[in-house]
Amino acid sequence: MNKTEKIKREPLFHIVNRGRDAIPWWKGMLIRAAAIVFALAVCAVIMVILTKENPIEIYKTMFDGAFGTERRKWKLLQEIAVLLCISLAVTPAFKMQFWNIGAEGQALVGGLATAACMFYIGGKVPQGMLIIIMVAASIVAGAIWALIPAVFKAVWNTNETLFTLMMNYIAIQLVDVFVNIWAKNGSAVLSPMSEYGLPIIGDKKYLLNVIIVAALTVGMYIYLKYSKQGYEISVVGQSEKTAKYIGISVKKVIIRTMLVSGAVCGIAGLILVGGTNHNINTNTVGGNGFTAIMVSWLAKFNPIFMILTAFMIVFLDLGASHVTAMFRISSDICDIMIGIILFFIIGCEFFINYKLKFRSFGKGGEAK
Amino acid sequence: MIGFLIGAIRLGATFLLGSTGEIITQKSGNLNLGIPGVMCIGAAFGCFSESVYVTSLNGGEINPFLAVFIPIMCAFIASALAGLLFSFMTVTLRANQNVTGLALTTFGVGLTNYVISQVKSTSTFSVASKYFTTLIPFKYTENTQWLKLFLSYGPTVYLAIIIALVSAFLLKKTRIGLHLRSVGENPATADAMGINVTAYRYGATCIGCGIAGLGGLFFIMDSLYGYWEYAIEAMGWLAVALVIFAVWRPNVSIIGSFIFGALYIAPNHIKGVTFVQTGLLKMLPYVVTIVVLIITSIRNKKENYPPAGLGLNYYREER
Repeated sequence: MNKTEKIKREPLFHIVNRGRDAIPWWKGMLIRAAAIVFALAVCAVIMVILTKENPIEIYKTMFDGAFGTERRKWKLLQEIAVLLCISLAVTPAFKMQFWNIGAEGQALVGGLATAACMFYIGGKVPQGMLIIIMVAASIVAGAIWALIPAVFKAVWNTNETLFTLMMNYIAIQLVDVFVNIWAKNGSAVLSPMSEYGLPIIGDKKYLLNVIIVAALTVGMYIYLKYSKQGYEISVVGQSEKTAKYIGISVKKVIIRTMLVSGAVCGIAGLILVGGTNHNINTNTVGGNGFTAIMVSWLAKFNPIFMILTAFMIVFLDLGASHVTAMFRISSDICDIMIGIILFFIIGCEFFINYKLKFRSFGKGGEAK
Repeated sequence: MIGFLIGAIRLGATFLLGSTGEIITQKSGNLNLGIPGVMCIGAAFGCFSESVYVTSLNGGEINPFLAVFIPIMCAFIASALAGLLFSFMTVTLRANQNVTGLALTTFGVGLTNYVISQVKSTSTFSVASKYFTTLIPFKYTENTQWLKLFLSYGPTVYLAIIIALVSAFLLKKTRIGLHLRSVGENPATADAMGINVTAYRYGATCIGCGIAGLGGLFFIMDSLYGYWEYAIEAMGWLAVALVIFAVWRPNVSIIGSFIFGALYIAPNHIKGVTFVQTGLLKMLPYVVTIVVLIITSIRNKKENYPPAGLGLNYYREER
């Protein structure tokens, strides 16, 4: 027996959940900021190796790409608006621990409904009427697309992550089919229907989109924080058993929340098709549905923080693509950089939620 | 008709490897949504190493064995490293699996496009593709035409089927498989039994990703004859769908992959289909997957359930 008995020692460190004595929020922010700085440093090294330029020069170019001209600033705002809108949409579902990764599809069918209105009844009814129909159609389409997985989740507990994921691809194929039907002489590309778009305020093309999303952000913040429904969402998210115990109908909450989630996605589709492109193709949402999940999660499901996280991702995207254009390197570097930064930020959450306790030396290090 | 079936099975190998890799990963409780990115990485590094090998010969004799072996090894290692990254984030740092997976897909697709843009001559892929598509020399007579259905594939298809069968056996019949499944079903119980949850999750995710990465490589080398195309990501999502379709069983996945392959190439083989019908046909694999998902949840049979711990990180001190 003695042979097999090893000297038991406490491991070098062990991990403790911070739990109730969570670190103050400013420390959390500091850790996140440090992670971003680290990530940017790693990206700078990669950029320098590839471009052989001064890293400060590269970051200057990034700022120039995002804020350089009036047009770029508006482009930045517009991209933030779209990403933020979809992020707001997925948030209530996530707070409920319902992994809706189908935002891409929900926004796309919202856009498809908008495009259908423009194509079929554009010009046949007064413009004001058309806009009302477009808004209603996009909201309903997005909501229906979200409702289908929600009902199955509520009634039969069907896995929502995989269900909503599949719904994305059905939506993409659906758009493909309709574009082929609508496109003239089999070109498979739809010509823009600019005359039927949402109204333009002044001469700022994207101003209306930004206003809509700003209103939605405030609305969503109030809905989640101060309304009874928002409270029910967080109870269901924390513990379904508690929710049942205090008399919340979990099924009803799941379905209602997904309707809200889908409707907001539909609005994102409306903004993209009605307010921006006046056109639709399978790439209209362009992966924003997936990026939005990360935006929402990084902001800890807080709509106000989401403005920051959405800004950061869009800034990186636009900045990096400007860098790649200016220094003539492959634009795919942007995706790699965003990936690296995301990994750093996702990883740093560990240090916010957990604490490393090192073995105390000198006390002999006996295991308990 | 026989040509259509052969095409379906050849393409099916890609889905099969992707889904087998993901099944192994999911059985350990890790829901890796980075599989599309991982398959891209596998394809990119496999092809990259192939082009490095072929150009290094300077027009000299290509060794058929090395031409197949080098890219397979590189694809496997590169994808397994991607799996390592995913496990480090989710198992060690306990990050959310959905978010990490999606980030891995973004990262993988970007990395892939970059690696491929650095390849000097993509024509080396099609040179090397010959060795991936070498057929068994067999003289077909009138009566043995049907044998074509079984014999007219490159080594990749057979390799895919063997990997799927071996994983099905390992998961179902061996102790390692039992431990792996228990880690995915209830990590706390497995831990109490003395099974090293961390090691199993790391191992399953890395090996699963390695296998999935081969799927990406074979798609380029076999199905497309070495012609590079950026369609691997879509293949990856179909592979994830196939996992559900096959109710987490690699042997069912073999049949499922052929069906998915058939559905995918059907529009090219049916004469006179319109664009609209093509689109509707392409929708089918996803619709079928949803139907399977719904049916399994309604029938409520325990053995058709996803692993109970799927998507949840394990932390010993949490209740």
